[in-house]
Formats: sequence, C-alpha cells, structure tokens
Amino acid sequence: METVFYIAKTLLSILIVVVPLFLIVAYVTYSERKIIGFMQSRMGPMRVGPSGLLQPIADVLKLVSKEIIIPTNANKGIFLTAPMLMLVPSLMVWSVIPLSEYFIISNINAGLLFILALTSLSVYGVILAGWASNSKYAFLGSMRSAAQIIAYEIAMGFALVGVLMLSGSLNLQNIIYAQSGNILSWFWLPLFPLFLIYFIAGVAETNRAPFDVSEGESEIVAGFHVEYSGMAFAMFFLAEYMNLILISILCSIMFFGGWLSPFQGTPIDSYLAFIPGFFWLALKTLIFIFIFLWLRATLPRYRYDQIMRLGWKVFLPITFFWLTIIGIMIYLEYLPL
Amino acid sequence: MNIELITFFIFSFLLIFTCLKVVTSSNPVLSAVNLVFSFFLSAVLWLLLGAEFLSIILILVYVGAVMVLFLFVVMMLDINIAKKSAAYINYLPLGIGIFIAFNAIIIFFFINTFENIDYNAVKNIEIISKSNTENLGYLLFTKYLVEFEIAGLILLLGIISAIVLTYKKNPKNKYQNPTKQISVTKKDRLKVITGLKE
Repeated sequence: METVFYIAKTLLSILIVVVPLFLIVAYVTYSERKIIGFMQSRMGPMRVGPSGLLQPIADVLKLVSKEIIIPTNANKGIFLTAPMLMLVPSLMVWSVIPLSEYFIISNINAGLLFILALTSLSVYGVILAGWASNSKYAFLGSMRSAAQIIAYEIAMGFALVGVLMLSGSLNLQNIIYAQSGNILSWFWLPLFPLFLIYFIAGVAETNRAPFDVSEGESEIVAGFHVEYSGMAFAMFFLAEYMNLILISILCSIMFFGGWLSPFQGTPIDSYLAFIPGFFWLALKTLIFIFIFLWLRATLPRYRYDQIMRLGWKVFLPITFFWLTIIGIMIYLEYLPL
Repeated sequence: MNIELITFFIFSFLLIFTCLKVVTSSNPVLSAVNLVFSFFLSAVLWLLLGAEFLSIILILVYVGAVMVLFLFVVMMLDINIAKKSAAYINYLPLGIGIFIAFNAIIIFFFINTFENIDYNAVKNIEIISKSNTENLGYLLFTKYLVEFEIAGLILLLGIISAIVLTYKKNPKNKYQNPTKQISVTKKDRLKVITGLKE
C-alpha cells in the first residue's frame, strides 16, 4: 500500500512539473515571436485569438495533425529514436530542479552532476538525427553541432566548478541556501566571469542564435532536423525550448539565488515574506529567457571557426584563471566556504 | 519482489541485449549506438548499487564525451556494411567456447565470494559522510593525491603528444589571426580617391 501511495505521489509531482512546462514552452514560442516582432517593428502573430494569444495552440494542432515523412533511405529505427533521445534527457533534468523552498521532485545529493550528465546526453539526438536522415544538409548540421556542444560543455562544466567551490555541495537546494544573505551574497558577484561564460555556453549548448550553426537556415536549410516533419519535428522543437528554459532556470539557481528573495537582508523583507519563493525563481528565469530571445533578435550568426575559437581559446582559459583566483580567495578567507 | 530487484533484472537484461547487439550488428554506427546504450544501462546498475558518483561520471564522461567522438569518427567513415562471412561461422564454435569458459569462471568466483551475503560494500563506506561523492573526493585529495596527480599528468601528456603528432605546419594553410584582425583601423582599409574627374 505504501509503495502504491509513494508511486502515486511521485507521478503527481511529475505531472505538476511537466504539464505546466509544456504550456510554458508553447507560450515561450509565442513570446519569442512577439518580442522579436516588436524589436523589428512588426506586430508578430495577430490572427488567432486576441493579439494572437491562441497561436501556439494552433501551431501544436498543426504539428500533431501533420504526417511524419520518413525518407526512403533513412535508417528508420534511429530516425524515429533520435527525437526521443533529444526530448527525454531534457525532461529528466527537471526532476532535480528545486522550484521552491519545499517543492523538488527528488532532492538528490549529486544534483549538479546529474544535471551535467543529462544535459550532455542531448547531443545524441542531434547527431543521430543528422546521420539517420541520410541527407547531406542534416549530416553537416549534426557534425557542426557535435563539435560545438562538446567544446562548450567543457567550459560549462568548469564554470559550475566555481559554484561548487563556493557552496561546498552538489545538492541544488544546498547551493541555494549557501547564497542566502542579501543580493550581494549571491554567487554572481564573486563568480561574475564564470556566470557570463556559463550563460553564453548555455546559449551555444542549446544551439540558439548566435550559435545556431547546426540549424543555419540560410546555409544548410534547417540542419539536423531538415527531414523531420509533424510530431517528430515537434519533439525537437519542444526539446530546444525546454533546454532554453532549463539553462535560464539553472543560471538563476546557480548564480542568482534561485527562489531566494532579492530583498533578503533589507528592512522591507518582512513585508514581502508572503510572496512564495517560486515567484522569485520564475521572475529571474523569465529575465534570462528574455535575454535569450533578445540575443536572437540582435546578433548575427557566428562563423563556425569563430565558435570553436571562442570555446577553446577564450572561455576555457578564463575559467581556469578564475577558478585559481577563487581558490586563492577561499584560502586567504576573503570568501566563506 | 521489491522494486530494486525488478529494476535490476530489467536493466541487466537490456544490458546483455545491447552488448550482444554491439558485437553482432553489421552496421558500425548501430554498434556504436548500442555501446552508448550499454554504458547508460550499466550506469543505472551502478546507481542501484549506491555508487552514484561513479555512475553519473560514467554517463558524463563515457556517454557524454567519449562516445560522441567515437560516433563522430564512425559516421565520417564510408560505411561498408559487413556481410556475415564464412569466417564468422568458422569462428563461432571457438567464440562460444571462450564465452562459456569465461562466464563459468566469473560465476564460480561470484558464487563463492558473495553467496548469501546481504552486504553492500559501497553503501557501508563511511569516511567523512554517508555520501559516496564526498568520500571519494576526500580520499582522492588526501590519501591518493599523488596517484591522482600522476593520472592527471599522464592525461595531459596524452593530449600534448596527440597534438604534436598530428599538427603539421604547412605554409599553404590559411588561417586568420584575430588579434591582427581587430587591430585594423580605418586607414588600412579605406582609401579616399580624389581628383578622378580631370
């Protein structure tokens, strides 16, 4: 009986996270089109519903009802597995994300490692999709993306080592507790270069503009998912936006205090105690999502060799350098451990 | 039957299945993909044992990095799908013989050592805390520091020697010098031409 109750409780908490997540993904796509529209003096989607509010639902219906076309010479098994391999890890990561002080599906000790391991899996979806499609454009896109993701994963991992050094824990909830105090005791201040590197590497990791060479619609049509249609394409699409939200939420957890209130340690904090921690986390995450969309509207695409150079020759040395400085500062007790 | 046992049997069955597929599939890319799956499944088995650090590192390093490069190389090859040749059949009895002998030794060893022992060696280590990760980190940076550093140096040596072996400076190679590029001024690129209409 207890097992049944436990399984039911776990399933319920998974549903509480996943169902709103899909809705949020749908409306992130809407806000992306709106925000980029406004930045380029357009209106964005306006036709479906009041100011286009029902547009994402129409898009979902369109994608679900479309046929999935499988190319004749494609490797059918892998062709159909690849989108799942992309989507499942990005869903699994949400199990260790602390959404508020009390709500986390599984509060495991090695949470940070778990996240790093699972985010490194999403590259398989891209590579296998490109290979299985048996198309030159798709293959080019997947080759580009594989090299890029490996390059930036290393810088990303090293940026998180800084967080690890300051918090002394791999548990995400403890990482947030280690930042409590006031807005200046959040990790963005001592780890500022690492925060920038983490965010930029995150943009590269999710294959978003200005690092979207694996899609590169003006050079290789749509890169690795050029042969996909209907639901299979929708899964890539979902995974991309889920990763975008994930990087944003991780940024706010690792460097901006997660669900901690920004007014902590100030006199007005006691008046704002009624606001739940989830609100602050959502606010910080939305700011990062906005920056993602802003980057896409603003920057031109990087050239491939520039991406490689940035990852290996700029980011990696900076992380090494800053980790040494953090180590020295902890040793001299300028920073608390 | 508890959940742990059911999970163990499901994942170990899948592990054996994918391992067989690695060897038997005729397409090298499929072999590599199955190898990825088998790494992942064995990581799950380690997790069941309570060795969370090793299992996550297995996924992070082997699945997330090593196998990606592996796949990368295999995909670049012009794949000749190997046909099951006569040699395959000829060596089959020998292979089966070795397989049985090898398994017999392993099973013999495990039954002798671990039969009727309900003791998880991994979960019962407690040096500074219950957490596997903390214990491992503590030991690596205190007791086994020298070995750890030597391993790091060997890896560094491997990286450098691989680069030295493959890097050839060819005068025909064209590459950009970004420091030179960003120090370009207007004077270097623009020339104002006057007095053409004469």
